[in-house]
Amino acid sequence: MRIRSPKDFWAGAMFIGFGAFFAVWSLASYRMGSAVRMGPGYVPALLGGLLAVLGLVVLARSLALDGPKLEPFRFKPLLLVSSSVLAYGYLMSPGGLVVATAAAVIIGASASDEFKWKETLVLTLVLVLLSWLVFVHGLMMPFPLCPAFVDNCPLR
Amino acid sequence: MELLDHLWLGAQVAFTLQNVLCCLVGALLGTLIGVLPGIGPVPTVAMLLPITFTLDPTAALIMLAGIYYGAQYGGSTTAILVNLPGEVSSVVTVLDGHQMARQGRAGPALAIAAIGSFVAGSIATLIIATAAPLLAGVALEFGPAEYFSLMVLGLVAATVLARGSLVKAIAMVVLGLLLGLVGTDVNTGALRFTFDIPELADGIGFVVVAMGIFGVTEIVSNLERREARDVSVAKLARLLPSLADMKRSWAPILRGTALGSCLGILPGGGAALSSFASYTVEKKVSKHPARFGKGAIEGVAGPESANNAGAQTSFIPMLTLGIPGNPTMALMIGALMIQGIAPGPQVMTDQPQLFWGLIASMWLGNAMLVVLNLPLIGMWIQLLRVPYRFLFPAILVFMNVGVFSLSNNPWDCLMLSAFGLFGYVCVKLDCEPAPMILGFILGPLMEENLRRAMLLSRGDATVFLNPVEKPISFGCLLAALALLAVIALPNIRKRREEVFVEE
Repeated sequence: MRIRSPKDFWAGAMFIGFGAFFAVWSLASYRMGSAVRMGPGYVPALLGGLLAVLGLVVLARSLALDGPKLEPFRFKPLLLVSSSVLAYGYLMSPGGLVVATAAAVIIGASASDEFKWKETLVLTLVLVLLSWLVFVHGLMMPFPLCPAFVDNCPLR
Repeated sequence: MELLDHLWLGAQVAFTLQNVLCCLVGALLGTLIGVLPGIGPVPTVAMLLPITFTLDPTAALIMLAGIYYGAQYGGSTTAILVNLPGEVSSVVTVLDGHQMARQGRAGPALAIAAIGSFVAGSIATLIIATAAPLLAGVALEFGPAEYFSLMVLGLVAATVLARGSLVKAIAMVVLGLLLGLVGTDVNTGALRFTFDIPELADGIGFVVVAMGIFGVTEIVSNLERREARDVSVAKLARLLPSLADMKRSWAPILRGTALGSCLGILPGGGAALSSFASYTVEKKVSKHPARFGKGAIEGVAGPESANNAGAQTSFIPMLTLGIPGNPTMALMIGALMIQGIAPGPQVMTDQPQLFWGLIASMWLGNAMLVVLNLPLIGMWIQLLRVPYRFLFPAILVFMNVGVFSLSNNPWDCLMLSAFGLFGYVCVKLDCEPAPMILGFILGPLMEENLRRAMLLSRGDATVFLNPVEKPISFGCLLAALALLAVIALPNIRKRREEVFVEE
């Protein structure tokens, strides 16, 4: 047995994984009920089963029909962009708007192959100022401005 | 005249200062983001969704509609000027539009796109105003069985239009349905797939899913394509089309409008299909088909009118049935639900000011695009010259603000990055994420209607297929089945693949 269409093979595997998870989890943890009065597990178990079957079809076809190769994943942009989002979310309450925005911009910008420190610092300054003007003053969003440990925040 | 009364009511709502401003801001922001290469209407609407949450429902929907037209038009601008289609519906615009630009006729191409869109938008607005009440009247008779079957039809139609393998598209829809079920089960109050995470009790946020799989994934994919993104922007000599251009264009504009209006109503239809169809038709009816692909203005006028008409009439099933025909409409429905309005035929009777205000604002939005965009083309060109490495961190910050402000909880950012990752994997595996968002929106609604229908029929599943008792339900399922069968036919499958290969 040879994988002739790697994209389809992994897609099929993913669908089987998700489908089996939803089906098994619903069967194990939720009440099924009957067709007349469906319990919380009825529909997800059904759909999970359907998804797993569809996954099997995709997987089977990947062994029979030739398909395009899987392009390599490039982890740098993927991880840096994700981290930028996470940094923003998790730095907002402890660090405040300025810290969170700056971190998100610097981490995000470094995902690009053309990253340059000087440019990025200017961009950070511009975006922090813009966020402060547009979101805090313009749209009145209740973001903390300074880090939580600063008692008298000089920023308004 | 009832129609005039309705439109008058709509005009009174749409032409208040606040709503005109919302429409203006929406169209402007939509164009601003939509003009960026590689960002189509769906990610644009997804990214800008949160800014509408503070508005009242009518204003929010008017702004979103403005964003949608703006993004659509922005995409065409980019297609014509730099040969980079941001979305499927501007793929055909590139063919002749960019050729025109290279011949120094970017101005007339952009102008005819705007004029065509305006004419198409105005006519489509009238069509919506006439057709929507009729359809809503029919829809009020719908029971749970009819709704369920209609949703099945809508989802099947949506998969037919997805790129690549049909089975994978269906699997993505099913996955979307399942993800939509996460959270509290409305019927029994049971918590499903929440793993004791309190944030999951309300379900997975629709905004983070949409922004993750469209916005974050888009950025990562763009960064990955290493090839230089510096784009040579075509020069703009003269803006207005000549009399000869107008003579050539008026018929394609009207044909495109007619085609787009019809195709837009179909579930799964909308802008993309309309513009493809229009281009094919124009090439067929032209006396000089050889000019196409070499800068024929008909090849811009027809598809641009068609995609705008299609974009507008795709509001009809969304507004009257509460069923999204394409991912953008799924986002609109999501926005309605966040505003606390249950989409469906009752919107027209319960919220006439919202319904007719939105319709009147469609015309307003189209007018604004002409007024705004033609003079602002210079500004959009400047924007196209900004390198991507400055643009994407700004877009990231904007998305972050939008997502974080949903509930001031880092959880939403976590989910955003998770769905960004997931979207990236899907793109790598050639699984189109657009059908998933449709499933995600419809998941809870489908379950609810299935349950009610089964309760009413005392557990008899054949009720959906009973042509005597439930002719509408029977018809919808039959149509869905026919659609699947047709697509599975080898001949048509090949043609479908060809259409998408042209991209």
